[in-house]
Amino acid sequence: MTAIDLPDAEAQCSELADLIRPHLRPDTMLVGIHSGGAWVAGRLRRLLALPGEIGLLDVSFYRDDYGERGLHPRVKPSSIPFDVEGRPLILVDDVLFTGRTTRAAINELFDYGRPAFVQLAVLADRGQRQLPICADYCPWRVQLEPTQDLILSTGDDGCLRWSIAEHA
Amino acid sequence: MRNPQLNTHGELTHLLSIEGLPREVIIHILDTASSFLKVSAREVKKVPLLRGKSVFNVFFENSTRTRTTFEIAAKRLSADVINLDVTRSSTAKGETLLDTVDNLVAMHADMFVVRHAASGAPHLIAEHLRRLGKDSVHVINAGDGRHAHPTQGLLDMYTIRHYKKDFSHLVVAVVGDILHSRVARSDLHALLTLGVAEVRVIGPQTLLPTAVAAMGVRVCHDLATGLRDCDVVIMLRLQNERMNGALLPSAREYFSCYGLTPQALALARPDAIVMHPGPMNRGVEIDSDVADGPQAVILPQVTFGIAVRMAVMGILTGN
Repeated sequence: MTAIDLPDAEAQCSELADLIRPHLRPDTMLVGIHSGGAWVAGRLRRLLALPGEIGLLDVSFYRDDYGERGLHPRVKPSSIPFDVEGRPLILVDDVLFTGRTTRAAINELFDYGRPAFVQLAVLADRGQRQLPICADYCPWRVQLEPTQDLILSTGDDGCLRWSIAEHA
Repeated sequence: MRNPQLNTHGELTHLLSIEGLPREVIIHILDTASSFLKVSAREVKKVPLLRGKSVFNVFFENSTRTRTTFEIAAKRLSADVINLDVTRSSTAKGETLLDTVDNLVAMHADMFVVRHAASGAPHLIAEHLRRLGKDSVHVINAGDGRHAHPTQGLLDMYTIRHYKKDFSHLVVAVVGDILHSRVARSDLHALLTLGVAEVRVIGPQTLLPTAVAAMGVRVCHDLATGLRDCDVVIMLRLQNERMNGALLPSAREYFSCYGLTPQALALARPDAIVMHPGPMNRGVEIDSDVADGPQAVILPQVTFGIAVRMAVMGILTGN
C-alpha cells in the first residue's frame, strides 16, 4: 500500500469537538481510555469548556486477550472522579478498530454504576470491526492494511501526531 | 542456574521468594498493585481477570489472616476459591504433600497458594508441576518455615513506597526475632534489591542469624542506637513459643529492651512510619500508644496487602 497522507490530529480534535458540541448536556462527562483516548479527552474537555474532571480508564483488567497475552506490563490506575449513576457519558478513544477495547471499557464503566447512556467518540475509525460497535462521533474514516498499526503519540512540542507502524 | 520462579520466556510464573527476583519484577508488581488498590475502593470491588480460574488455598499451617487476604484477593479477581485445611484432613490421614497436589491438579486447579511449616515446600510443588508439564498451574508461597513470605515482603515495600515515595535515601530498621522470621528475610531481600540507603536489624544476639551482617545490613543489639534517624521501623511479632526456650528470659524483659514505646520511637525521624505484619502482641514487641498512634501504618498494610496479592495473582496467571 502506498503511504497515505496523515491528517493533523490536533485539528481533528477540534473537528471532533464540533461534532459533539450540539449534543452536549449540562451533566455530560468524558471518559478517556488510556493512553491515546486520555489525551484526546483532555483536549475535548478544554475545547468544549467542560467544568468537571474527565474520567480515565485502563481496560487491562477487562481485556479478552488476557489469556493469550497476559497482563499489560504498564497498567495505569483507572479513575472516575464523578458519580456514574444516571449520567450521560462519552467514551473517548483515539482509534476504533476491532471494537474489543470499547467492549472492555463499557464493561468496566458499568462496575462504577449505571450511566444514563454511553456514546463513543474517536479520532479515527479504521473499520474491520469484530463486535457490533460503532462510533457516535468520528471525524476520520481510514482504510489500512491489517499489518498496519495506526498510532497516536505526543511529540516533543506536546502536539498529537499520527504515525503508521508495520508489524508482522 | 535456572530460576525456579521464571518460565522459559523469563516471565514470573511462581512467586516463591523475593531472593533472586529482579528489581524490575518487584517494581512491576508494585505498579500493578496501585491499579488494583482503586478496584477495592469501587462500588463493584471486582474485575473479571481470573473468571473461571480455580485458586486453591492449601494451608498446611494455620493462618486465618493470610488465608483470608488471599481469598479476598482471588475473589476480587473473580476466581473461584477453595480453602483446604489440609492439616485436619488428608495430611492427618497420611497423604504426602505431592499426592495432595496431584489430586488437586486432577480437579483442574489453576493456582496454589501454599503455606507450610517446612522451608522449601512451595518450591517442591513448583518443581513437581514442572516435571508434570503443568506450566499453566502457578504456585504462590504464602509462608514456608523460616524461609520466605514474599507477598508480605512485597506489601511492606508497597507500604514504604506509598508513604516515602523513593527508596534510595531511606534508613529502614527491622526489629525483633529476625532468626525465626520469614517476613524479615523477605523484607531484607526486598529492601536490598530496591536499594535503600541503609538496612538495620535490631534484636538480641539470640534472635539474630549469625551471618546476617554478610547480607549487607547493619546489626544493632541496642534499640536506641538502631532506631536513631530511621525513616521506617518494621516490628516483628515475637512468637510466644520462643519464650519457653533459652532464647529469652521473659516477655517483660524483652519489652523493656526491645519493645517499641513512644520514647524509643522518638529517636527515629519525626515522620518515621511504624509497620507490623500482625498479629501484634501489645506490650511485648509494641506499646499500644505506638500501635494506635499517628505514625503506625499497620492497618493500611492490610489494605495494601489485598492489592499486592491481586497484582501477583493477575501477573502469574497471565504468564
